[in-house]
Amino acid sequence: MPPRPKKTRVKNPSKSGRPPKSTRALVNRKPDKESLLSMHRDMLLIRRFEEKAGQLYGMGKIGGFCHLYIGQEAVVVGLQSVNEDSDSVVTSYRDHGHMLACGMEPAGVMAELTGKEVGYSKGKGGSMHMFSREKNFYGGHGIVGAQVPIGAGLGFAHKYKNDGGVAMTYLGDGAANQGQVYETFNMAALWKLPVIFIIENNQYAMGTSTPRSTAGTDLYERGAAYGISGKQVDGMDVLAVWEAGVEALHYARSGKGPFILEMKTYRYRGHSMSDPAKYRTREEVDAMRKQHDPIDHLRDLLLREGIDETVLKQQDAEVKKIVSDATEIALESPEPSSNELFTDVLIEVAE
Amino acid sequence: MSNEIRMPALSPTMTEGVLSRWLVKKGDEIRSGDVIAEIETDKATMEVEAVEDGVVTQLMIDEGTTSVPVGTVIATFQTENDDGHIQSVEGESDTENINSKSNDGANETQFNSASKVPQVVLTQEMNWDGSVKNMTVREALRDAMAEEMRSDDRVFIMGEEVAEYQGAYKVTQGLLDEFGEKRVIDTPITEHGFTGLAVGAAFGNLRPIVEFMTFNFSMQAIDQIINSAAKTLYMSGGQMGCPIVFRGPNGAASRVAAQHSQCFASWYAHCPGLKVVSPWSAADAKGLLKSAIRDPNPVVFLENEVMYGQSFEVPETDEWLVPIGKGKIVKSGSDITITAFSIMVGRALEAAEELSKKGIEAEVIDLRTLRPLDIELIVQSVKKTNRLVSCEEGFPFAGIGAELGMQINEKAFDYLDAPIMRVTGKDVPMPYAANLEALALPQSEDIIRSALQICYAEEGL
Repeated sequence: MPPRPKKTRVKNPSKSGRPPKSTRALVNRKPDKESLLSMHRDMLLIRRFEEKAGQLYGMGKIGGFCHLYIGQEAVVVGLQSVNEDSDSVVTSYRDHGHMLACGMEPAGVMAELTGKEVGYSKGKGGSMHMFSREKNFYGGHGIVGAQVPIGAGLGFAHKYKNDGGVAMTYLGDGAANQGQVYETFNMAALWKLPVIFIIENNQYAMGTSTPRSTAGTDLYERGAAYGISGKQVDGMDVLAVWEAGVEALHYARSGKGPFILEMKTYRYRGHSMSDPAKYRTREEVDAMRKQHDPIDHLRDLLLREGIDETVLKQQDAEVKKIVSDATEIALESPEPSSNELFTDVLIEVAE
Repeated sequence: MSNEIRMPALSPTMTEGVLSRWLVKKGDEIRSGDVIAEIETDKATMEVEAVEDGVVTQLMIDEGTTSVPVGTVIATFQTENDDGHIQSVEGESDTENINSKSNDGANETQFNSASKVPQVVLTQEMNWDGSVKNMTVREALRDAMAEEMRSDDRVFIMGEEVAEYQGAYKVTQGLLDEFGEKRVIDTPITEHGFTGLAVGAAFGNLRPIVEFMTFNFSMQAIDQIINSAAKTLYMSGGQMGCPIVFRGPNGAASRVAAQHSQCFASWYAHCPGLKVVSPWSAADAKGLLKSAIRDPNPVVFLENEVMYGQSFEVPETDEWLVPIGKGKIVKSGSDITITAFSIMVGRALEAAEELSKKGIEAEVIDLRTLRPLDIELIVQSVKKTNRLVSCEEGFPFAGIGAELGMQINEKAFDYLDAPIMRVTGKDVPMPYAANLEALALPQSEDIIRSALQICYAEEGL
């Protein structure tokens, strides 16, 4: 276990502060005011965290690849608001938002981005490879589509152990064309595994739009040949995501097998930091930001519901403080000791 | 407080860029997330976003300026709090209290290491003077799996035809009857998918055994074996162990041509994060497979189809374990060291017998594990014999023999009296025709010829 820095008192209160949920109890209901506020805060945390990550990348403090989740916040926040803490989560490399939504510490995530010893992987994984067994977050996988059979395997383990868990398996529209996804759909349906495949369709696989790469762009129908039900959801509307999540989780948890949720969403930033941005127009991006921003959408709703604006401002301040403290830790903590180079290759076997 | 916005880097190699457009001007209020400028390099365009709320106090670089070095201050702005008072962004605030409340006791468990192994895992050779019985390699492998499945209900086996068909090579015979379809699982023919699925199950604290009908088909799944199973422990800083066994027949079969006849030992042994085992005798097959199932790491367990039916003496006990990472001297000698693994051990012993008739006493080492390699045992032997012949069925280029040659060069160069020789499969895809196939495969005569050559003895001696 790496030594902890003094300033780790910025634990992400997301999830940990909430009462345990029961998906069943949420069926046919709407999120209450407390849930809406909580989702607003969680989306805001991801937004501010990612903006800061982008800034740190620009300063050369984060290396390699860095894929930001800005614009897609409603997807993971809506879904992680309705699952059980014991459900497992796995995703690809655009994973910072998923980790925060799973309740992982922002400082541990940010410090991994900067390659520091207090990062979740001791600085040995980086942006694309982080894990938390405690929060049932199983990565953070760098190979497009590879997390999909792994997610089904996590579902297999839930079923084998009969622990009632569901494996939330996130993939993008690009991954939806990988062969192993269909190998997995087949087995998941055949063995009725408790898995939700969440296709985050942000409409661009790197720089190739879905219509240019994909025959049959209604990705929620991709499980039809295997008898897997699917649903297309407005992934920019956290309430729609919430409701679809309740339905899908209830379905998977009751032993009926896998479910596909296609989340129509949009990333504001490039695929990674070095993105030529030539494959779509500024107007397209601006229109999404101005007319469909998931945070603005929920904020307007909360204000209409009579939530005092100061409450939202307080959330904003809280979130900024968390990100700022996480950044301080990520910048000031030491790099991993050179002794770490050869550790964690294999687990030592003791007699 | 005044804050600076600096020229960002779009990639780790970028040193300068063009500030192509400002989207704000002095005096503008900006909110976190607002796009304030566009920058570009020859490769990419990027929008610069504000990360704090505030008011722009100065734009330092004009629009259209080229060659702006990364890190240059391009603008300044002031942050304000709700009362209009300028405040430090990094300063303490009331939110400290909110945060610290939900903290208690949670930090200590944030970074869990992979759990400790509950079962006995052997690191030293076990002595056995009890009774033994003759059994085939096939039976020994089955017994190993059955015993481990009896003692640990997290262990299950999946693969093509492992259940109702009883195994394509009958290695899983009887397992379905004893353990049922929950734990003995026929998969569809989807190596990539079911390998990934088993890796996920291992992450989910189960102990999968994946049978490849032959290791040739593992190439469909090699991304999951290397990128997911082998590397995740390291990439997670020690949190995410992957206790899994990939097993099945490896190496040349008989008359099935190039796509179904290949040795993957050097492929898998190349990669850190995997253990690679390839036994010869039934006793080693049983003891090593039991150790592999108990091992907390991913283990590639390379069997050999031709060996399945061969019989050896095996200790009569459920607790027979052979440690991973230990070679074994199967015949001692003083004149030359011959290393081999899997089916080549038998050919090396045949060669040693012939060499003995010619007055050359060979020491034959069964490597048993290729990674971690028991190099110490080989070095000690070479220091005694001063000569080494390495044998394997695989291709010569970058093979196990190449690795052994290099390691002995590094660790025992001064003890060598002759060049190191390797006996390998020929550097061609496996041919189908019987005569060509025999020529492509390394035989005991090849080992004898190489040994005589570096003993500077005539072939007809």
